[in-house]
Parts: sequence; C-alpha cells; structure tokens
Amino acid sequence: MDAANHNWRKAKNTMMQTLAFACAILVILPLVLVFFHLVTQGASSINWAFFTQLPKPVGEVGGGMANAILGTFILITLASLIGVPVGVLGGVFLSEYTHKRLNWWIRFTADVTNGVPSITWGMVVYALIVVPMKGFSTLAGGIVLGLMMIPLIMRTTEEVLQLVPSGYREAALALGIAQWRMIIQIVVRTALKGIITGILLALARVAGETAPLLFTAFGNGYWTHKLTEPIAALPLQIFNYAISPYDDWHRQAWAGALVLILLVTAVNISVRVLTRDRFSRRSA
Amino acid sequence: MAAISQSTSGAGAEQKSATDTALAVRNLSVFFNDKAVLKNVTMDIAARAVTAIIGPSGCGKSTFLRAINRMHELNPEARMDGEICLFGDNIYGSGIEPVIVRRRVGMVFQKSNPFPTMSINENVTVGLRLNGVRDKKILAERTEQSLRMAALWDEVKDRLHAPAISLSGGQQQRLCIARALAVQPEVLLMDEPASALDPLATQKIEDLIIELKKIYTIVIVTHNMQQAARSSDFTAFFYLGELVEFGPTAKIFTSPAQKRTEDYVTGRFG
Repeated sequence: MDAANHNWRKAKNTMMQTLAFACAILVILPLVLVFFHLVTQGASSINWAFFTQLPKPVGEVGGGMANAILGTFILITLASLIGVPVGVLGGVFLSEYTHKRLNWWIRFTADVTNGVPSITWGMVVYALIVVPMKGFSTLAGGIVLGLMMIPLIMRTTEEVLQLVPSGYREAALALGIAQWRMIIQIVVRTALKGIITGILLALARVAGETAPLLFTAFGNGYWTHKLTEPIAALPLQIFNYAISPYDDWHRQAWAGALVLILLVTAVNISVRVLTRDRFSRRSA
Repeated sequence: MAAISQSTSGAGAEQKSATDTALAVRNLSVFFNDKAVLKNVTMDIAARAVTAIIGPSGCGKSTFLRAINRMHELNPEARMDGEICLFGDNIYGSGIEPVIVRRRVGMVFQKSNPFPTMSINENVTVGLRLNGVRDKKILAERTEQSLRMAALWDEVKDRLHAPAISLSGGQQQRLCIARALAVQPEVLLMDEPASALDPLATQKIEDLIIELKKIYTIVIVTHNMQQAARSSDFTAFFYLGELVEFGPTAKIFTSPAQKRTEDYVTGRFG
C-alpha cells in the first residue's frame, strides 16, 4: 500500500509539473507567433526607403514611414520631458519623505491612474489641450504620453528606492550630509540602474500606444515642423494603413508593426543588459 | 588610569585634557509613541576616553547612542526630553540643526555600510565632498590620514579606486571608521561595531579603538562583555531604559555597587 501511495504521489507530481510547464510555454507562444507573423508579412516590405521616405499617395508604389518613425521618437522625447522628472521626483517623495496619509493617497491615485484605459487619456487631453488650442498637435500627443508615464515611473522608482538598505541613509546622515544631498548622491545613485530600467519600460509601454494619439497627435502624411502641428507616429500610421482597403498599405502596416516591436524589444533587451550588469558587479 | 596616561600623546587636534567632559547628559528621556525607552539618564562622558554602554537587548543603549547625534529623530515617533551638552554646547538648543551636530559626532554602525556605488577613496571623502570640499589636495591628504588612523592604509593604498564592496567584512568596517573620521568629528559613536566580524577582525577594531581614543572621545555600545572590559575606560550599565550604574570599567567589572550590574556582568542574566 505504501508503494502504491508513493506511485500515486509521483504521478501527481508529474502531472503538476507538466501542467506548469505547458502554461509556461503558453507564455512564450504568443510572442513567437507575433514575431513569426510580423517577419513573414512585414520583412519583405522593409527596405531603405521605408526608413527614409514619406508615405506615397494611394496607387503609387514605394514610399516609407520615415516621418512616423521620427514622429514616434519626438513624441516619446516630449513624453519623457514630462514623465521622467515628475515620475522620478514623485517616486523619491513617496520613498524618502514620510507623510503617511498623503503617501497613501498618492500611491492609491497612481495605482488607479495606471489602470485608466488609454483612450480615456486621449479624450481628457483632447478636451484640455486640443480643443483650447483649436487643433491636433505634437504637443498634445507628447503630453498625453507623458501623463501616462508619470504613474508608471513613479511606482517603479519608489519600489527600487525602497530596496536601498536604510543603513546607507543612516550612514550618510551620520556624516552630517544634508538629507536632499543624501537622497540624490547616495540613495538615487545606488538605485540608479533600477530607476533607468523603470523609465525604459515606461517608454516601451507608451511607444506603442495608439488610442490616446488618435485624439491628440492625430497623424500626418508629411514632416512636422512645429509642436502645434499634428504629427505622425508609428502606431497611428499602422492603424491607418491597416484599416485601409489597399494591399500596398497593408504591407506597409506589417512592416511598421515589425519595426515597432523591434524597437520595444530593443528597449527590453537594454533593460536586461543593465540589470545583468548590476548583478555581475555585485558578485565581483 | 589609562586614559590619563595616554592623553599627553594625543596628536594635538584639540586642547582638551582627558579629564574634560565631552558629553554632559542631563535628565535624558526618549519616548517612542509616548513609551519611555530611556528614563531620566544623567551622566558625564569623559573626553578622549572610551565609554562602553552595556546592557541586555531592549535596554535603551542604542537609543541612548542615537540621541547623542540626534539620529533617533529619523523615527518620526521619537520624542526626547532633557539636555545633552557637547563640550558645553547644547546639541538640542534652539536653532541647532541635526546636520551640524552630526558633523561633530560621527557614528559607526553594527553592519558595515560602505556606499556600494563608490570606490574606497570616494567612500572616505564622501562626507567632505557632499559638504562642499572640492580641493583635491585636501581630499587626498584627508583620505590618507583617515585610512591610516583606521589602520587600513597599508592594505588599500594601492587600490584606492577599487570598489569599496570588494573589501572583506573587517576591512569594510574599518573603511566605515575612516569615513567617519574624515569629517574630523569630536566624538565617535560605535554601535556594536565588531559584532558581525570574526575574532581576528574584532581584534583589529579593538586595537583601533584604543589607538583612536588618543584623539577622540569614543562611546561604544557592545554586547560583548570581554570587549567592554578590554577596551573601555568607563562602563555604563543600562537596564530597562535606566542607567543602573556608571563608573570606571575596572570597578564595574570587579566590584559593582549594584546587584543587577553584578548579575549582568557575571552572566547571570541578559
């Protein structure tokens, strides 16, 4: 009976292990599918012109998404100008200054904000910026992405700062170093890689946003010269091309999607490299 | 007494004799959320001598130490009552910033905590640099001087730019001592500085303490009775937040006046 019991236990263990393994594979599968699909559909349309030329009118062959690629970079730069300082300093406040009740509210608000659907963000910024300025604009697009970055960066910054042992703070204060200097030179510096990781992940997240840009950046078939003009962005261009009835545009949309995911993957890989560096230094 | 015989060999950084009072503690009480963890402590801590604070866990000895450089204020629930004078200056006086007090009263912690993003010499000079000292010559001088005083110079002089965390545990603790010395404090507080170290490293720290008291006033919290007996001139026994007995170390360990002190130092409780 003991042996039978033992065999049954072993069987249960194997079952659980298989189930967990299957689920783990399911995590990888969608990414493989996405990549496979994008590469087969989009790779053939990626060429030099894709990165250097403006979109061509319907019917004309060729053209590229140069303006959308540049537009995405401009938008995430603008977004970073808003999201990084506010997010990082907000995270510093949450982690380093104890205001129990206020901190609870900020944290709660940030978490709720993180869950706000992106299209809602687009509508709010449309009402607050686009309507008063009487037009879609690069500025509005940057602002909406920046606002979305703030709570993301704030929470990750707070978390990595909390990982800095309190002994470092005490040691610095005991040397007669002022608190703000201690925070910048000791705490933030110690957690810098984690903070940068959080910023990059937030960037990767907003770089692919489409919905909020529909109401704000709007898209543009040409180069944008002013912050008050609408601007093209990769996700917008993909969206517009994908819902069009033209095969040529569909191919371009696939190529755009491939470029976008390569961009996001590149950011994620640099995050990996950064964190690995941190661990190797610790073991050194 | 040892402290007096050695006072003449001090480096002359200050003109105080060993019989001076470095810290005059008067009716010091500390409360956390209105619970008194330190009750009405009054004692004079001698300059250029080592004063050991002993007592069982939770007796308030760490709190006492932290009240001397106002580190207890990091806990927003802490409140204090009474007075501590550092060479005559009330460190809790109106308009006295904790930052100023901490430049005069340095601290070394139980767990060595060199800053992991900094090299050995950056760690030593961090207190100076973040207080506005830019002169490279002064910084280099102070680095060597502090590392020599912490008996670490010979071991690290060829790799000052190596990461501080590449040092061994005992070396890291001596680096922390050098870092505290570099800002030239008057008093050095040590909170169980050797309790995480092996016997050899502990021995080095104890030798160092005896060396350092030629110049500095040292207050050390320790759980190690032998350490207190070996390296201190005066010993204070704390129990349940009260100062039970305070006197020359030899007397505390051989003929204490209080029964509780005798029970503790002979290992009958605690």
